[in-house]
Order: sequence, then structure tokens, then C-alpha cells
Amino acid sequence: MHPAASVILFSTLSGLGFGFLAFLGWGALAPSGWAAFFLWALGYGLAVTGLLASTFHLGNPRNALKAFTQWRTSWLSREAWASVVTLVLLAPVALSGIFGLGLPRLVGQVGGALALGTVFTTAMIYTQIKAVPRWHHWLTPVMFLSFAVAGGATLSGRLWAPLALLSVGAVLLAVWRVGDGAFVRAGQTLGTATGLDRLGLPSVLDPAHTAGNYLKREMIFVVGRKHAAKLRKLALLLASALPALILLLPLGVWGIALAAALHLAGALAARWLFFAEAEHVVGLYYGARG
Amino acid sequence: MTALPQATEKRLGLVIDLDTCVGCQACVTACKGWNDGGIGLSDQDPYGASPSGTFLNRVHSYQVAVPDGPAQVVTFPRSCLHCDNAPCVTVCPTGASYKRAEDGIVLVNEDACIGCGLCAWACPYGAREMDAAQGVMKKCTLCVDRIYNETLPEVDREPACVRTCPTNARHFGDFADPESHVSKLVAERGGYDLMPGMGTQPTNKYLPPRAKGPGAASPLAPLLDVKATGIAGWLDRMLGKI
Ligand code: SF4
Ligand code: SF4
Ligand code: SF4
Repeated sequence: MHPAASVILFSTLSGLGFGFLAFLGWGALAPSGWAAFFLWALGYGLAVTGLLASTFHLGNPRNALKAFTQWRTSWLSREAWASVVTLVLLAPVALSGIFGLGLPRLVGQVGGALALGTVFTTAMIYTQIKAVPRWHHWLTPVMFLSFAVAGGATLSGRLWAPLALLSVGAVLLAVWRVGDGAFVRAGQTLGTATGLDRLGLPSVLDPAHTAGNYLKREMIFVVGRKHAAKLRKLALLLASALPALILLLPLGVWGIALAAALHLAGALAARWLFFAEAEHVVGLYYGARG
Repeated sequence: MTALPQATEKRLGLVIDLDTCVGCQACVTACKGWNDGGIGLSDQDPYGASPSGTFLNRVHSYQVAVPDGPAQVVTFPRSCLHCDNAPCVTVCPTGASYKRAEDGIVLVNEDACIGCGLCAWACPYGAREMDAAQGVMKKCTLCVDRIYNETLPEVDREPACVRTCPTNARHFGDFADPESHVSKLVAERGGYDLMPGMGTQPTNKYLPPRAKGPGAASPLAPLLDVKATGIAGWLDRMLGKI
């Protein structure tokens, strides 16, 4: 799949933002005054920037409000609802923190749970796509949630944040291990795509069209094996190992900032791979995979 | 609504005969021509160095290595299969993508589409293309504006691709009716689904190419063995020595 900047930024930034908002909602940090303002602004800023980035992926954003109508069937519609409800529900919690209004903690806890729910709905947009075997696995939401929790724990300075960061690394390794065999396990070939497996072994004779089209641009992206291997190492290092190490050093708030920045860079690299390495079965018609 | 209908009254769709299709691309052109009316299917840089455009039907060509027989070339038209269990419909956040309860046709309401592209991701067959100029999703409509169109002469009330095909490789009809032309073709010729493992339950069916026997010897083959005699034979021997 084409690794578009809009979807990479959307899923990474909103994931980190909602992860952090979950911790703030649960009261992991109980800031007040200006400190509360800056922390909540950071959470909202990340989440909203991510959501805005996603609208750049739309061909016709004028109709965006219509995306709230199909929550019964569509994960994208559920994601729209979950994110808006979370942001609205947590707003009074943020104000209560900033101005010391003493709102009952339950509101924040519900909002915090919804924030993680939002990350889950984002992940399900990809997980539900059977035509992309690498995504169609329960490890996809596990990966999205582990990034959100580790990012949130890092930003809110939890003692166990290094553990959460290391578990992101473990999840990434599992995702790659399982994902590398997913296309073959799904069992689709040019033979099943055309039904010509009845006859023998088909291969492409001539391309259907010599120039590019939407399908080729959007769904058939080829990433070099060596390139991917390097990026995987970089993602592991940046998203997991390095920030975990830095958090163990006595660097205080600067350590947190550095760890979070590195983690975000690693998350972006991992998310680029999530799209770039995902193969869509439509590629078979165009001769991808033999 | 992006909920799928439980069952549809009719199941309109196409049968595509891979035995008779010659890959002439007439259906591609007729489809583009018919559907280009109105707001149309845009092209980018059509006469320039890197042309690109929106099509609802494309024809591929494949070669097949057949275990005990001559290799075959199969040309393969690919358009929307109007699936019963269409994943492109349920993923749509706006309700723009829907399947009609009355005849099973899968359509996009372009006025409601936000151009998120998720339906094209969900379709295993590459049957949907986003129009780069309009930013909305395009797909085969089963020529819904022809098949019910009473202003057209009766013979033209079938999809443009079916109407134009010079070898009759595309057939249109109702699969819910076991006595229909298309149902009978499928039963007689072993019509099949593409990628049944994807669980989409396509309406459209493909007919396999008929089995070809071992290549028959050419009627001109005996001439290859003719030995020249007389003057021609002498010439042949002389020239052979040079
Ligand atoms: S072929 Fe693709 S676009 Fe057409 S109904 Fe099936 S899944 Fe949807
Ligand atoms: S591109 Fe349009 S029709 Fe397709 S899922 Fe998005 S809103 Fe629905
Ligand atoms: S039925 Fe109509 S829209 Fe569909 S492929 Fe044929 S000509 Fe194109």
C-alpha cells in the first residue's frame, strides 16, 4: 500500500495524542494551573493534528460530516464518533484540572477509556481489510494500542514506561514475524485471482495498461528488502530500546522529552513500514508476487 | 445505508466467457464511452508523456503453462463483480457505497462520497478507482442507466460492454432466476467465482477456457518433407555445396 504521509501522520500522532489523553483522563498526572494547561494542550494538540492530517487523505472533504452516519457497519465512522466523543468528554476534565474545579474523577476515567477505544477503532480500519493479509490479524490492534499506551506512559512519566516501550519492541517483532508470512497463508495467487489455476500456471503476458492508474499508485507499492530490513532496525531502536534506556537515566523532564521525541520518530518509521510492506491482493492481477 | 441487504430480489450481473474473449478491448472503450457522459470519468495528461485515467473495466492478458498440453493465452476482463457479501459497502463511513435490495447492483452515490478510498482498499478485485479530478470513487454501475432505460431501443437495454462485445464473451442477466440465460451458461460451462477465499460471494461468474487438445498437425506439413527432383534437385544439390 502507498505509504501516504497523511495516513502515517494521522495514525501516529492521533495514537500518541489519545494515548496521552487516556493517562491524563485517568489522573495519572494531576496537574493544575499552567502545568495542566500545557499538558492537556499537548494531548489535544497531538490528537487534533492527527485527525486534521487524515482529512488530507480525502478526495472530497466537503462531505466529511457524512462520515458520522454509518457507525453501525463502518469502523471509519466509529472512529469519527469515538474521537469526537472522547475530545468533548475530556474537555471539562481538562478545564477542571486547569482551574481546579474538582470534577468527579469518573468522567475522566470514562474519557480515558474512550481515548484508548478511539485508538482501537483506528486500528480496526486496517484490521478489517481482508484483501491486505498483513493487516488482517489481531496483532494489528495490539500494536496500535501498545504504541498508544507506551507513548502515553512516557509522556506522563510513569515509572513503568521503559517496560511499556520495550513491549512495543516485542510487539513489533511479533507483527513482522507473523506479517511476513501472511500473504502466502491467505492463499491467493494469480491462479485464484483469475481462476486459471484450473488450467495450469498463469503469468502476466502483457500489462492491461502501460501507464499508471489509481490501483497501481495506491495499492501496489514495492519496498526493497534491504531498505525494509534497515528501517525495521531503526524503528526498533528509536521506538523502543533508546527511549527506554534514556528514561532510566536521571535526566528528569528533559529525559522524558527526548525519550518521547525519539519514540515518535520510531513510531513514524514503524508506521511507514506498516503501509509500505502491506501487499494488497489486487497486485496479483498486475503480476506482483510472480 | 452501508448495511448489506439480507437477500436481493434479483441478482443482476455478468457472465464473462474466457474462452471466446479475444482481448480486443472493445468493452473497455464502450464502458468508458458510455460512462463518460454526464460528470464522467476523468483522464490526466491523456495525450502527454504519462497518461492516466479512470476506467471501470480493464482487460488483462495472461499466459498459462498447461501441464500436458500447449500453453494458452487468456485475455481477462476485470470489472466489478457486484458481490453479495460486498466488503466495499460495509466499510464505507458515509453510506455512499451501497448495494440495491431490488437487483443487487453495487453503486456509489457520488454526492455523499468523501473520497476516503477505503472501499477501494476493501475490494480484492481492484474494481474501484478514485477519479483524480473529482475526488470521488468510481465503479461499474452495471450500466443501471441503460438496462432500465425505456428511451433506448430494447436491444440496447443491456450493459454497454455486453452490447459491444464482438465475440459475445460478456452476458448479462439475473442469477436469481435458475432459468435465465446466465444461470444456464454457468451450469453448463462450470462458471466460477474469482478468489472465493475472500468470502465476497461475487455475482459475476467467469467461464473457463475450453480444454484444447494437443496441437493438430498443419495441413501444409507434408510439403515440408518434399524432396526436389530433376533440375530443381540438381540445383538444390549444387547450391547446397556452395
Ligand atoms: S467486486 Fe469489489 S467493488 Fe465490486 S462489489 Fe465486489 S468487492 Fe465491491
Ligand atoms: S471513497 Fe466514498 S464510497 Fe468509498 S468508502 Fe469512502 S466515502 Fe464511501
Ligand atoms: S456494465 Fe457498464 S459500467 Fe460495468 S463494466 Fe460493463 S459497460 Fe462498464
